[in-house]
Amino acid sequence: MAKMQSSLRSAIALGSAKDGVHHWWMERISAIALIPLTLWFVIGVIGVAGADYATFSAWLAKPWNAGLLICFIGAAFLHGKMGMEVIIEDYVEPRSVQMMVKVFVNLMAFSLGIISVVSVLIVAVRG
Amino acid sequence: MVSFALPRNSRVKPGKSHKAPAGAKNVKEFHIYRYDPDKKSNPTLDIFEVDLDEIGPMVLDALIKIKDEMDPTLTFRRSCREGICGSCAMCIDGLNTLSCLKPIADIKGPVKIYPLPHLEVVKDLVCDLTHLYAQYNSIQPWMKTTTPMPKKERLQSPEEREKLDGLWECILCFCCATSCPSYWWNSHRYLGPAILLQAARWVQDSRDEALGERIDDLEDPFKLYRCHTILNCTKACPKGLNPAKAIADLKILVMERSI
Repeated sequence: MAKMQSSLRSAIALGSAKDGVHHWWMERISAIALIPLTLWFVIGVIGVAGADYATFSAWLAKPWNAGLLICFIGAAFLHGKMGMEVIIEDYVEPRSVQMMVKVFVNLMAFSLGIISVVSVLIVAVRG
Repeated sequence: MVSFALPRNSRVKPGKSHKAPAGAKNVKEFHIYRYDPDKKSNPTLDIFEVDLDEIGPMVLDALIKIKDEMDPTLTFRRSCREGICGSCAMCIDGLNTLSCLKPIADIKGPVKIYPLPHLEVVKDLVCDLTHLYAQYNSIQPWMKTTTPMPKKERLQSPEEREKLDGLWECILCFCCATSCPSYWWNSHRYLGPAILLQAARWVQDSRDEALGERIDDLEDPFKLYRCHTILNCTKACPKGLNPAKAIADLKILVMERSI
């Protein structure tokens, strides 16, 4: 399509979305939360490494361990999803494909996150 | 997807070679990007041998010598030759800078000169800056007030004035914007470091009364938040400014307002 619009009109385009600070802030909050959570996760997993299933499920049945593991899963999936969204917005074109990939990443993060949390609960409650 | 290779018609081919005059002792090679839209052929890299004993110390001195005496068709912008007009911005030795402030002695081997990256080339080292100027226009770079004009000037304390230091010195050469990968990929929507630094210049001005409105217009996933703090802008700025810091301060202001 031939464009005869002014350069100012193409620079302004649709204007500001008046949105973006929430995404930026949550990326940072989840990153900060992941520092202690990842440390706890690594130390926790080393503690039960090589143990049998009964020992492990007893470890996971403790409210602290189950709770922190769910927090870790939530923060990791949220942070990963948000980071992927930014990368997709940067690099994927055309816009129709960009939208589809973003929806796919959101659905994956949401469903895998829920499955992970439910798995933790099942092991923690049923043993 | 983002294209990492140049399109076929933009690939640079070897060009002409211009020898230094016989008897020249202090010869340096200049490899310069050439593109002529009228020729409908690919850009070329021409080689010019310049006798450094005959010219001043800066890359711009060599370019002027080449245009005067070796090839008058070489096209580049320049005006003040002392780093205040911002016209002679180009990519020299792999870094965007002003040719008038870049000493030839700083460069080892041949001096490679290209136009600013990722802009449309008009001819040789001259790029099309239309979109950047339009983006500058879009942030409304003038003082907006509702308080009636005082009898004399609008006052500002020395501390308030200090907030503009590191912002007002920008000469809009666009070395920073064209060194930013985020601006390369999304320049149609992302404002880029040069324009965001200018936006910060008005946001930080204590006399301006449209702060909230300005922040409203900046808060956008693309206009502002495409900045991923890559810091190429700060590395490239020939005036030693820190656009990345100005952008970080803008993000903090937006956050302060909503959280």
